[in-house]
Amino acid sequence: MQRGLDAETRKQLEEEEKRIISDEHWYLDLPELKEKENFIIEERSFLPCEDLLYGRMSFKGFNPEVEKLMTLMNSQNRTEDVEEEVQNKTGVDVSDEEMARRYESLVGSIKRKFTKKRNRPAIQGEDNVNSNIRSPKIKKVFLKPQD
Amino acid sequence: MLCCVKEKIGEAVLPGDLLAFEIQKSENKREKLICGPGLRRDGEDVFVCKSGILRHKEPNLYWIDLQQRRYVPAKGESVIGIVTAKSGDVFKVDVGGSEQASLSYLAFEGATKRNRPNVQVGDLVYAQFIIANKDMEPELVCIDSCGRANGMGVFGAGGLLFKVSLGLVRKLLSPQSEIVKDLEKIFPFEMVIGLNGRIWVKAKTTQQTLIVANILESCENMTTEQRRSIFGRVSENVL
Repeated sequence: MQRGLDAETRKQLEEEEKRIISDEHWYLDLPELKEKENFIIEERSFLPCEDLLYGRMSFKGFNPEVEKLMTLMNSQNRTEDVEEEVQNKTGVDVSDEEMARRYESLVGSIKRKFTKKRNRPAIQGEDNVNSNIRSPKIKKVFLKPQD
Repeated sequence: MLCCVKEKIGEAVLPGDLLAFEIQKSENKREKLICGPGLRRDGEDVFVCKSGILRHKEPNLYWIDLQQRRYVPAKGESVIGIVTAKSGDVFKVDVGGSEQASLSYLAFEGATKRNRPNVQVGDLVYAQFIIANKDMEPELVCIDSCGRANGMGVFGAGGLLFKVSLGLVRKLLSPQSEIVKDLEKIFPFEMVIGLNGRIWVKAKTTQQTLIVANILESCENMTTEQRRSIFGRVSENVL
């Protein structure tokens, strides 16, 4: 006994409904408009035109915080100047070269700490190239006793 | 009037002039051209809409060096504003434009809903525009994109605020400004310059403050020698 509709008739009914609904929708019957690529940009502000400095200024130590801000903000604007390099070096406690040296030795010592005792001669062998230590590839494997 | 752009750099142009650029239409059609203040784009042409001197900056930036006193808010510019009203979570700030700008109370460094900034009506704020176009109400903030104040916010107890033309402000803020170099030799003082034509000055005594204010207001129309003579007289009187 079939009360409901068939799958096919159901599909047909759904399609008809969809068609009716989409026909009712309005759409523009215009040709496709291509957006013009404009290569002229409008800029409203004077800031990029004239490279203006920071607006707060203090002279002869009247307001030391503002003077610090002045050097900070004005050096941010000039990234090509040599002054910025000097400022970077003076502001930093440890120079880049010293940091690299420290890191080199640090990595070696941490690595040594976490290797097993068996692998330690191999690590120490890397440091001293001239020492006569057998190559690390030969690993000690359990040999089964022959009957 | 159609004129070639290369000839006109450094010369005065009038509103209505049409500028012709040598556009390479073969390969690099994507070469961007930036027209700054005073120039306007109309389709593919560039028109001059304010009278002034045409300037050029490498590689592709053109603008008009003009004189005016009325400020029009532009995004990214730092200005001095006067707080006129406190309405709910927003302060209304007068920047000298056609309408008042809004400044949210959360736009200060370290401000939260519980920790409100200490701003009263009548305070001076140094802030930056984040929204400033002809269709919307301008909005100011006192922090930068990282959340740091960078000197913005409420300033100034004492001192004097006065208004000058926008051309003078740009002259003062240019990287090699002679006026500033001459000024800093006289006596210690502090100055905040807003791009809306407002300058705030503070020195040790009222008289020194007034001297600096008068010099700044009058040095716009003076030649270099006149200015130097005035500075010389001032430094003699002070010392």
